[in-house]
Amino acid sequence: MEAFCCNKHSKTKCSLHFLRLHFIWVGLMTPDEEKELIRIDNVSHTFNTITGTLPVLKNLTLSVPENGFTAIVGPSGCGKSTVTRLVAGLLKPNSGSIWLQGQKVLSPRNIVGMAFQNPVLLEWRSILKNVMLPLEIVPNSLSPTNREERARALLKLVGLAGFEHKRPSELSGGMRQRASLCRALVHRPEVLILDEPFGALDAFTREDLWQIMHQLRAEEPFTGVLITHDLREAIFLADEVIVLSGRPATVQFRQKLTQQGARSLDQLYTREANETLLVLREQIKIARHAEEIGA
Amino acid sequence: MRQIVAPAFAIILFLMFWEVLVWLNDWPDYKMASPSDLWPAFWRFKWLFFTFGWETLWRTVVGLVIAIIVGVTFGMVMGFSRVVRDGLYPLLVGFNAIPKATVVPIVALMFVGQHDLNTILIAFMISFFPIAVSVSIGLSTLEPEYRDILRALGASRLTIFWKIALPKTLPEFFGALKVAVTLAFIGTNLMEIVSPHGRGLGALFDSGKTNSDYPLMFAVLIALAILGIALYYVVVLLERIFASWAERQAE
Repeated sequence: MEAFCCNKHSKTKCSLHFLRLHFIWVGLMTPDEEKELIRIDNVSHTFNTITGTLPVLKNLTLSVPENGFTAIVGPSGCGKSTVTRLVAGLLKPNSGSIWLQGQKVLSPRNIVGMAFQNPVLLEWRSILKNVMLPLEIVPNSLSPTNREERARALLKLVGLAGFEHKRPSELSGGMRQRASLCRALVHRPEVLILDEPFGALDAFTREDLWQIMHQLRAEEPFTGVLITHDLREAIFLADEVIVLSGRPATVQFRQKLTQQGARSLDQLYTREANETLLVLREQIKIARHAEEIGA
Repeated sequence: MRQIVAPAFAIILFLMFWEVLVWLNDWPDYKMASPSDLWPAFWRFKWLFFTFGWETLWRTVVGLVIAIIVGVTFGMVMGFSRVVRDGLYPLLVGFNAIPKATVVPIVALMFVGQHDLNTILIAFMISFFPIAVSVSIGLSTLEPEYRDILRALGASRLTIFWKIALPKTLPEFFGALKVAVTLAFIGTNLMEIVSPHGRGLGALFDSGKTNSDYPLMFAVLIALAILGIALYYVVVLLERIFASWAERQAE
């Protein structure tokens, strides 16, 4: 397995990957970092409610590069979750378009993995069987033993080895969320969508899981979108933070972080990190203020 | 051990209290039979008890099975479609609100002579409502995230139903089935008592009444109680097999 460039590709794809790297080297192609995997193009969306129409997104345009990690923050109820549902193909926008890997999203695609604030594990299944659920739905060539191995390996990576046959109700909230992350990643999705997955956890558990997220990313790269209310979480996990304005949401501010990829918790407590936090906080204030005036 | 001894003790205590009560008040058996009168009454008609007990049992079970099939179907349709739920709910509530004792003579006249059909029909009518309601509530209160997890992977509606909606509704379903099993039993007996030339334990009860054989009437009540307990625990057993995950283990 060491011969492969990463554990995502098949053998043929892998040689193509090397060829591509070669072309980049000789200057015939642009490097990977520039390639966008998720593209949200001028999307507007309005919900129809009993009291009338509720515009949630307005001319939203943003993109996430391949293997990048983007955090989306914004005032409460500004339409952040709508963004995740649009990217997952669970919702169709009123106007504009969403692209994944250069293909327009028209319906759910199985290259997406999702985790929510509620871990939504199935109580009647063991942790292992819960993690294996996507493999039962997404077409794949894995044999039953390989599926189990894959799930076990992931569980071990997040520190849940030995809990495979427990029921979700026997685990703590943090452990359940870890299992939920494993389930989101088990079918090796290109895109991982996290909708406030750590929101309901205590501070220490949350920090543990942040580090696990970096480990998972290092182990098998994916493109991540994180919805969060926690600015520290955003700057610790993401490569870029996008601040959405109040409803109807549009991109108000974007901050590329100097730290990319894995980093240690200590780096959250530096002067630079604090300055970034202050900038983001100021942007959230502006977004909220604008919304109040609008209302 | 405790699970056998405690209920057995409670039953013995209850029978003793009953016996003493009758003895202290010096009630004649036409006012209230005492437990010691019951065994002779049972023994005298023991074959009738077994054959009629069987009649009552199988009709109740068949009525219940039909109630499960129809109830689950209604529940599924109402659980998945808001329009159908809003449309059918008042009708079902009204149907359920009619005391079944008033429907019994109508059905008995409608299908006169077809005693099995009548009895099964009433057992079904009385017991399908709680099943339909619980299944529809179980399905309609499924958190959207559960559906999204599978939908995001491109799962079909059928897969979502089979993998998530159905197992998630099982605890509610069994809860309703426990109620339904007792109701179906009531339905069967209502018909057996009312219907002329009926069979089953209800008919035996009725003949006890016509012959002023009060110990027999009480013996039938006890037989009904035993059958009811047996049916109830069959449901509990099924629940243990299919939905044991819903029980929290005591630490």
